[in-house]
Amino acid sequence: MATTNKTAKTEIAAEPGTQRIVITREFSAPRELVYRAYTDPELLTQWMGPSRLTMTIERNELRDGGRWRFIHSDADGVEAAFHGVFHGEPSLEGGVTRTFEFEGYPGHVSLETLTLEERDGKTVSRAISVFQSVEDRDGMIASGMESGVNEGMEKLDELLARLQAERQATQPSSTSKGDR
Amino acid sequence: MASDQLSGVFGALADPTRRAILARLTAGDATVGELSAPFHVSQPAISRHLRVLEEAGLISRRRRATARYSHLEAEPLRAATAWLASYREFWEESHDRLDALLAELQAQQSQETQGKEDQPEERPK
Repeated sequence: MATTNKTAKTEIAAEPGTQRIVITREFSAPRELVYRAYTDPELLTQWMGPSRLTMTIERNELRDGGRWRFIHSDADGVEAAFHGVFHGEPSLEGGVTRTFEFEGYPGHVSLETLTLEERDGKTVSRAISVFQSVEDRDGMIASGMESGVNEGMEKLDELLARLQAERQATQPSSTSKGDR
Repeated sequence: MASDQLSGVFGALADPTRRAILARLTAGDATVGELSAPFHVSQPAISRHLRVLEEAGLISRRRRATARYSHLEAEPLRAATAWLASYREFWEESHDRLDALLAELQAQQSQETQGKEDQPEERPK
């Protein structure tokens, strides 16, 4: 019964000049289960963030006014922490609304609303983030989260190695380092 | 010219400590002291790395009160790493993992209900 959806894709929409990011994804599971995966700390730590990072949930007080704080750390102990407050009673029907702040960039708070909609046994999750300014929004997309940047840098490593290998392969043995 | 600049950027990025410095600066401006704290490297060594990053145009340095802050210059980095789209990667990988977890949970559930159905009717003793 466990069918993995190979074509599933995350859609990230960030219209230029606006303060919003909308992240949409369809999951092959009923809404109750997706909601549990988003709200149950034990499940949340199993999927949130890249697999090379360890996620720790310091608190996740799922109620109106409750606080949450998540920490993502890598093998070297480099940490990125995020926190905020829930607004309104989180529920399957109404979704989850919370503030979001990256502790490495304090004072830049966004408002996130997660809604889950079930269609034919599949669930569409939609997370809308509204930032305080267009600059804040663009900064988040450009730099990613700290962890994302590190991951990108690893890929850059691979690219550099490949470029170097290609250069060595295509260049004649008399190297043209002297620009001639 | 453009490729020269790009190779300068790549050269600066080739070092893991310098990449870690840049990652730290995405979170906001920092002093040499703040930048050297997480690394097992001396402040002069960090200063040398900062010079390389500055020459590549990846950071600028600004004086604020008595302290000198390093500031990430996003444009050259963006030119070199536009294809990275790290924010997207964060969510795509997360959602792929969630997909797998949901499949696993559903498999467990159906196994549990099947197990119950398979149990023979209770026979009176």
